[in-house]
This record gives sequence, structure tokens and C-alpha cells, in this order.
Amino acid sequence: MTDATPRTSAQWPLYEVFVRGKRGLNHVHVGSLHAADERMALTHARDLYTRRNEGVSIWVVRSDLITASTPDERDPFFAPSGDKVYRHPTFYDIPADVPHI
Amino acid sequence: MTGFETTSLEESDFELRLHEQFDDTIARDQRIEPRDWMPDGYRRTLIRQIAQHAHSEIIGMQPEGEWITRAPSLRRKAILFAKVQDEAGHGLYLYSAAETLGADRADLTQRLIDGRQKYSSIFNYPTPTFADVGVIAWLVDGAAICNQVPLCRSSFGPYARAMVRVCKEESFHQRQGYELLSTMMRGTDHQRATVQDAVDRWWWPSLMMFGPPDGDSPNSEQSMAWRIKRHTNDELRQRFVDMTVPQAAALGVTLPDPELRWNEERGRHDFGTPDWSELHRVITGDGPCNTERVARRRAAHEDGAWVREAASAHAATQAARAREGAAA
Ligand SMILES: [Fe+2]
Ligand SMILES: [Fe+2]
Repeated sequence: MTDATPRTSAQWPLYEVFVRGKRGLNHVHVGSLHAADERMALTHARDLYTRRNEGVSIWVVRSDLITASTPDERDPFFAPSGDKVYRHPTFYDIPADVPHI
Repeated sequence: MTGFETTSLEESDFELRLHEQFDDTIARDQRIEPRDWMPDGYRRTLIRQIAQHAHSEIIGMQPEGEWITRAPSLRRKAILFAKVQDEAGHGLYLYSAAETLGADRADLTQRLIDGRQKYSSIFNYPTPTFADVGVIAWLVDGAAICNQVPLCRSSFGPYARAMVRVCKEESFHQRQGYELLSTMMRGTDHQRATVQDAVDRWWWPSLMMFGPPDGDSPNSEQSMAWRIKRHTNDELRQRFVDMTVPQAAALGVTLPDPELRWNEERGRHDFGTPDWSELHRVITGDGPCNTERVARRRAAHEDGAWVREAASAHAATQAARAREGAAA
């Protein structure tokens, strides 16, 4: 799409919406919406996803700008962490009578 | 053996493995996510169901929306406004879920206004009195809740998550309607009669919202196997009746079904059979308001075209200015 062609609503880009529910929490993905630009995406996100004080902060990002890993959980991409049980505290035997560990 | 044969054999092996993974995910009661491999039928079924659901929320704004300007008090007007706005929100959550499956939103809207996709037949009935606003929220939203609560565990992640949001909001819908009706029932004889009349008109169509009886619902079995759907139409209908009977008693209205009675043995209510030929007529386009609802949706879409175009033009100008600013 070039900037010379006027965009109709059918071509309004899709934005993913992330909402911080309250201070101290991460932004969480809540859904998506279409908007003509970033500002409109933010206002629409407010109206659509925070009608009942569900958020104190909103991020919107164009869906086509997201880079994602492949969906398959058995993908070798995640293999490096698969065989490293020693990264977990439960890997280690500690006598039961040792306190606070 | 040629190289081609090897390739196609490997490909079908690959497909088979993906299918097994899919079945396995369903069997473990885990969610399917948008970029996972899924059978074409699963995708098609979901797009159809989610689109119909979204369309129902959007068309569902109309019967009650007609009363926003005529609500009897500012309090009722504000509440009704919020409720109808929620229904718009529900439609948008659902269109968003449908898009994760590859559906195109503009195309879905077009299909609705061209009459190529359906919405719930319940919204093809008229709302002649303000009591209808209360009865819709009590019975129609009540039936929707019965349907939607199990959908929060539907196997497709985005659909299930949309349902969680929707269900949280539906509770407000139903309660405000019930409160409205309670207020009218404490009013004059005329008000009580108006409520009873609305109940008489909405009861059977509400039961029809759960769809045809199980024996007549060919797609149900596959949807249940895929865990898109968790309960049969008849089971959900029964739950709705069992939930609603005590609410009707507390309100002081009669449900218009002479066969309705408590069945001690089953521990559930027996009830009459809805007029399925009526459901069929309304679904196929011959309800009291079908034409009006779709025409209204089409007009809203077409009348809004200039707003969409203006927003696009504004966005383009802003973007161009930002580029010039950066270049300067
Ligand atoms: Fe809704
Ligand atoms: Fe609702």
C-alpha cells in the first residue's frame, strides 16, 4: 500500500492491545482492533477494553510489526531450556531439617 | 521411486503428525491458539459460529437501543446506554477473535448486511413497550449467559477469552433488567400487565435461542467432539428453564407454558415444546423484524462511510506531516 492511495476502512490496519490492569502489573494482551492511526487505536482501545476501570495504561502496536516464535511448543527453538533441570530449585536435595532454604 | 513421490509421502506424514498433535491438545483439554495447525473444518466451523455470535451482539443493540431516547428516567437511560454499548463491545471482541482465524472484518460486515450470514433469531422480535427492555435483559441475556458460560472453556483460545470478558459484563445486563421489572411489578396494575405481556411474548423465543432439539442439530456432535461446544442444545435449554422458574416466581409473573412443572423424579422441570416451525420461519428471514434489522445495520454502515474516509484522510495527513517534520 502506498501513501498515495486513500485508505478505506477495510484497509485500516489491525492493532494489538495490551492493558496494565493496575500499578505493579505487566501489560497483558487483551485483543485487537482496527484504527486509522495510533491515536485512534488508543482511544478505541480505551472505549473497548477499559469501560469499567480495567486499566491504568494501554499499549497498542500494529499487528504486522510483531515478530513471533513459531507456535509449536515441540519446536527445537525451545529445546535449549528443555534438558536443564538443574536450573530449578527442586533439582537439589537438601536435608529436611535445614531451615529457610 | 521418483523424488516427487517421496515428497508427497513426507508431506502427508507431516499433516498426519500435525493432526495428531491437534487431537492430543483437544484430548488434554488444552486450548488451540490461532497459529496452531487445525483441521479446515474446525477453522470453518469456528469462523461461522464466532461471526454469527458477533453479528448477534451487533444486531442485538437495535431492539433495546430503540428505547434509549424514550427511557423513563435519566438513571434508566444511562443504564440502557451502557448496556447497549457493552453489546457493541461484545461484537467487537468476537470479530477480533474471528480475525485470528483469518476472517476479514470488512468482509464479515458485508456478509451480514447482504444477508449471507445469520444472527440470533431472537433479535427479529419487536420491543413495543419499555417492559420489553427489562424482559430482554432478564430472559434473553439470561439465556445468552447459559450459552456463554460453558463457552469460556471452548477449545479455541481467543473465543474462550472473549467469552470470559463477555460473561463478566452480562451479569450487569441481567441484573439491571430484573431490577427494572421488579420496579414495574411494584407499580400499577397496568405496569404489571405490561410486564406479563412482555414475558408472554419473549418466553418461547428465548427457549428457541438454544437452537433446534438435539436430534435436529446435525453439527452439534462434531462441535462437541472438538470441544468448541460443551453441552447440547437441549441440556442448555433445560438449565435455563430450571434457573428461570424461581426468578419468575420471585418476580410474580407467570411463564406461559401450561406443561411447565417440577419433576420430582428428575429433579428438574418438565416443560412444553417450542413451536419449531416458528424458529424455522424466523431464521429463514420471515420474522417480524428481519428486514428492518438488516436494513438498519446496512444504513448505519453506509451512513458511516464518510466518517471512516475522513479518519483515513486525517491519518494520512498526520503521517505526511510527521515525515516532513522529520525531514526538515
Ligand atoms: Fe452481549
Ligand atoms: Fe448482554
